[in-house]
Amino acid sequence: MTALDNKPAIRGGVHVPQKHDSGHKHVSGTAEYIDDMVEPAGTLHAYLGLSTSAHGEIVSLDLEPVRRAPGVLGVLTADDVPGHNDISQPGKHDEPIFAETRVEFFGQPLFAVVATTREAARRAAKLAQVSYTELPFALDVGAARAAGGALVTPGMKLERGDVTAGMAAARNRVKGSMEMGGQDHFYLEGHIALAIPGEDDEVTVHSSTQHPSEVQHMVGHALGVPSNAVNVVVRRMGGGFGGKETQSNLFAAVAAIAAKKFGRAVKIRPDRDDDMIATGKRHDFVVDYEVGYDDEGRIEAVDAVFAARCGFSADLSGPVTDRALFHADNAYYYPNVRLKSEPLKTNTVSNTAFRGFGGPQGMVGCERWIEDIAYALGKDPLDIRKANFYGDTDRNLTPYHQTVTDNIIGRVVDELEASSDYRRRREDIIAFNRTSRVLKRGIALTPVKFGISFTMTAFNQAGALVHVYRDGSIHLNHGGTEMGQGLYVKVAQVLADCFQIDLDKVKITATTTGKVPNTSATAASSGSDLNGMAAANAAEQIKDRLVRFAMNKFSVPEDAVSFEPNCVMVGNQRHDWADFIDQAYLARVQLSAAGFYKTPDIHWDRAAGKGQPFYYFAYGAACSEVVVDSLTGEYMVERVDVLHDVGKSLNPAIDIGQIEGGFIQGMGWLTTEELWWDDKGQLRTHAPSTYKIPVVSDVPKIFDVKLAEWSANTAPTIRRSKAVGEPPFMLALSVLEALSMAAASVADYKIAPRMDAPATPERVLMTIERLRREAAGR
Amino acid sequence: MILETRTTVRFYLNGDLVELDALEPDRTLLDFLRLDRVLRGTKEGCAEGDCGACTVIVGRMDGGVVRYLPANACIMLVSMLDGAHVVTVEHLKGADGGLHPVQQAMVDYHGSQCGFCTPGFVMSLYGLWLANPSPSVPEIEKALQGNLCRCTGYAPIVRAAQAVSNYGSVLEDVLNRERDAIIANLTALRDGRRVVVEGTRGKTIIPANVDDLAAVLEGLPEATLVAGATDVGLWVTKFMREIAPVVIVGHLMGEVSVEDGRIVFGAGVSYARVFETIATHIPQMVELFDRIGGVQVRAMGTIGGNIANGSPIGDTPPPLIALGAEVTLRKGDRRRVVRLEEFFIAYGKQDREKGEFVESVSVPLPGADELFGVHKVTKRREEDITATLGAFRIKVADGVVAGAVIAFGGMAATPKRARAVEAALIGKPWTLETVEAALDKFEEDFQPLTDWRASADYRMLAAKNLLKRVYFETIEGPSHIVRHEVA
Repeated sequence: MTALDNKPAIRGGVHVPQKHDSGHKHVSGTAEYIDDMVEPAGTLHAYLGLSTSAHGEIVSLDLEPVRRAPGVLGVLTADDVPGHNDISQPGKHDEPIFAETRVEFFGQPLFAVVATTREAARRAAKLAQVSYTELPFALDVGAARAAGGALVTPGMKLERGDVTAGMAAARNRVKGSMEMGGQDHFYLEGHIALAIPGEDDEVTVHSSTQHPSEVQHMVGHALGVPSNAVNVVVRRMGGGFGGKETQSNLFAAVAAIAAKKFGRAVKIRPDRDDDMIATGKRHDFVVDYEVGYDDEGRIEAVDAVFAARCGFSADLSGPVTDRALFHADNAYYYPNVRLKSEPLKTNTVSNTAFRGFGGPQGMVGCERWIEDIAYALGKDPLDIRKANFYGDTDRNLTPYHQTVTDNIIGRVVDELEASSDYRRRREDIIAFNRTSRVLKRGIALTPVKFGISFTMTAFNQAGALVHVYRDGSIHLNHGGTEMGQGLYVKVAQVLADCFQIDLDKVKITATTTGKVPNTSATAASSGSDLNGMAAANAAEQIKDRLVRFAMNKFSVPEDAVSFEPNCVMVGNQRHDWADFIDQAYLARVQLSAAGFYKTPDIHWDRAAGKGQPFYYFAYGAACSEVVVDSLTGEYMVERVDVLHDVGKSLNPAIDIGQIEGGFIQGMGWLTTEELWWDDKGQLRTHAPSTYKIPVVSDVPKIFDVKLAEWSANTAPTIRRSKAVGEPPFMLALSVLEALSMAAASVADYKIAPRMDAPATPERVLMTIERLRREAAGR
Repeated sequence: MILETRTTVRFYLNGDLVELDALEPDRTLLDFLRLDRVLRGTKEGCAEGDCGACTVIVGRMDGGVVRYLPANACIMLVSMLDGAHVVTVEHLKGADGGLHPVQQAMVDYHGSQCGFCTPGFVMSLYGLWLANPSPSVPEIEKALQGNLCRCTGYAPIVRAAQAVSNYGSVLEDVLNRERDAIIANLTALRDGRRVVVEGTRGKTIIPANVDDLAAVLEGLPEATLVAGATDVGLWVTKFMREIAPVVIVGHLMGEVSVEDGRIVFGAGVSYARVFETIATHIPQMVELFDRIGGVQVRAMGTIGGNIANGSPIGDTPPPLIALGAEVTLRKGDRRRVVRLEEFFIAYGKQDREKGEFVESVSVPLPGADELFGVHKVTKRREEDITATLGAFRIKVADGVVAGAVIAFGGMAATPKRARAVEAALIGKPWTLETVEAALDKFEEDFQPLTDWRASADYRMLAAKNLLKRVYFETIEGPSHIVRHEVA
């Protein structure tokens, strides 16, 4: 890593802002998404038929009207699945491709119809005649508990210290419960797959997925063929956010089954409404907590249960609810702690990964009790936070018994507190609220500490395939997928830096299971950490061979060979990169390498609740100011200041984009994005007309995002950078708390506002009304 | 009246004339572009006009000039484009044949991440740039209201929008360089004929003029009238409803006039087109207009359509009822005038016979001595459908309420007057006590529903609070959130 701080003379190395590799294609409409590909001749189109019962036995399923509809070639049901009618997570057997005898949520796929056009398939799908014997159903956490509390997967417990004694000894205690809603991913490109049948048992699937290897596995499983028959290709997604980690499996499997059955290419793309109804979302949670603390607000004991609406099957609910517990400490030390998760089965779509993966829900619960303590003591919540931050040498053990060794939260928060002028503005706001009848303001500064690594240790591995061609151009492939986050350009920058060549010599190619096998999902913010290292490893292998070649050919010692910008120096002789590569080729040097990386030092014993699940932590803080209309509950975010830690940034432009985008997405989750089911169990917010993600005018009027430029990862990650995908999402907690403060002003901040999420205008107004009533003693 | 009939739909697509002699009545522009023409730069994000990924620019002749406005291709029927110029992202080029200034700014400012919404943003920004090469942040936000991005958080897109003019001159733009030829081409398409075009699922008729429309509807009283398609488009894309025969009306009844203290506008006038007149004469409605859909929807949607479809959550009926608007209905040569509040009979039922159509709307301007306030309440401040919307026209003379007309949307099965509330105010002093005493009367007037937009309790409480707002604002000035002060 001696080149770490060199200012590279190459164009597009690491640590410099670099444009997205596809930017010029995005803006001109030439970036190809799956629906834009020229279809093979004779391509057919599949469409799903969805259940209209939240829980019921299928009495009859008459598909004759579907089969007879114009343009229809056939219908697929569970009986048409040649392999296993199953896309469950390994060992669960709880999620069929097509429901067989029973449906478990409103919108569950029953069949697929295959027709000559998508429109014909879509029209035909509506013609099915289905009747059900309706069964009782549970839509949410409360109903699921009332119905017996069945779980989709076992819960987890984290425990340290003596909670009972700690709670009993605490001078103050607070008990409460908080609800927070789920979130639809609302990737702009919906789910889609295009399957092209090949010879024998082969099939190629173009899938909009974050997890090509799992799609490969699931398609093979559904077809009853080995993985080596299935090639999955992903050039890019139009957004993923976790929604395409497992949820792509259904569409890929259906397209592949149809393609093999009819011997023609088959594309499937649900309408936006069906996409939102039939695919999983962020988990809603109910958090019940009791916290003991001293008169300074220092926490002595935490006892909390995190219950999640998981939907009808396990999917990723186990690791999601685990991660909620891993982040129920946020940046705070708990001397005594017991955290339990309750992954409840409900008759709703199976919830899944979404940026933060349960972490945000853990943190929201945690910040709720921080807020409770502050209001109970009449203190600024920021002071409660600071009193509880992890220490550097003591008070640094997490509830999962990992020691925090890279803590920078104190510095991040102190710098932001000063740069945002938080204290003065808070005083001004309190003064403003005293005299303003209708408009009320609030401000909050909240921290984020987020653990990086898959908690399933095996997933922390990655591969890359690097070819150097005879003309010096480079072909890069790795297991990570591009969903807009800039992973491809970051890894290409790493490669440019390794070889010391201009970025434009590196060709980025589509992720393909045939080139790099057994990859992990591009998830858990791990894309550049894992794939960047794997690509660097491939480059180092090739460079080692090149060095040995030069040592032999020019009879020089190893240290006489160095890779300089666009050339190789051998002694004081400069070899142009392309010439040098050509010479190496002629000398029969292998110019291709498969790179590999596995994250060191991590382990996790779930049963014991102990280990080192995270390689390192990413930190950040945000200060948000809002104004609330106390007549309607409507609000606006006036100003947000962010200071965020990405270690030594691989690409500051991309990283700032991730922080800005993550913040707004997190803000949407906590404010206007509301999922609403009717009394039949039908999701009624299933399109942008009813489900409201932020628009441009929801962006804070002043939005100042800065990187903690002094930070470098203490762990030897790729060029000392840190992951950036998920952590900034949770910076938006500051908006929820600022809204709560504005509401609390109507009761002179004497009552903890306890506003649940999402804080829609309705919820804000109803909180204000409740606080007014409570303040008046009614 | 015998009119010559044309049996093709004709329009320009980028540089080419398109002439279609067969056309499904429900063919959307987006499907036409992506499937029939394999122009796949324009994306489908939602197929309901809410995300803007399918944004194109549509130019139409307007008094000798061509006016380009953004539109959502996903819910626009191809037949609506007869005589228009459709511009897609494929048509954008810089003067040197490379990226267009809008595109280069978006690249340089990191305005795309996943890139799927990007062509739509580019087209919205392009429409803005053509109209306004140096936009302010409020103008940029307004131009992008109808475009959703899930990746960037919008900030870099706004930065790009501010920088576009550093990348080139709007005068060099292809649509300006070729403007004369475009005008000549579009003018040549206007042959004054009725258009009748057949598809396998029925026919589409584009009447030559209003009289022709009246004649067409007398023969086809069951036809689906399509003005802006911001509602009918969803019947097609979401419900796959059969809509043939289709009669296109958005090119007709486009007059706006102000006379004798009234604004009179034709039923085919879009929100965009009437905006300046509204802003001049009823400035209290400007904020409401800025919160109806996004720019694309306001360029397409018509007030006539907003009224005629009878939605209980249409945004224009409550203020128009409060102002005492009247609609002129026409069937054949027979016209009748109906007070707007009486036009809405019940949910899904309006005072409109088969074959009859809304021809114009006449809106009395509020009196100089009247308070007039319109307040829309939504989950998301912009580009959202009403939870509750109140319009208040109150006359206070000598401190006493001399008149009150109050109408609400989202509170009942139709847009509806709050007559009990009005009665509780009239004749009383205009004081907080009077207002508070009138609040209970809301429960006599309304029993709102609970749905995904709002609970019944919230609708009721917010509606009451809007009356309080109207009062507070008379004594202490504006009290609602304003993102950007209007210059």
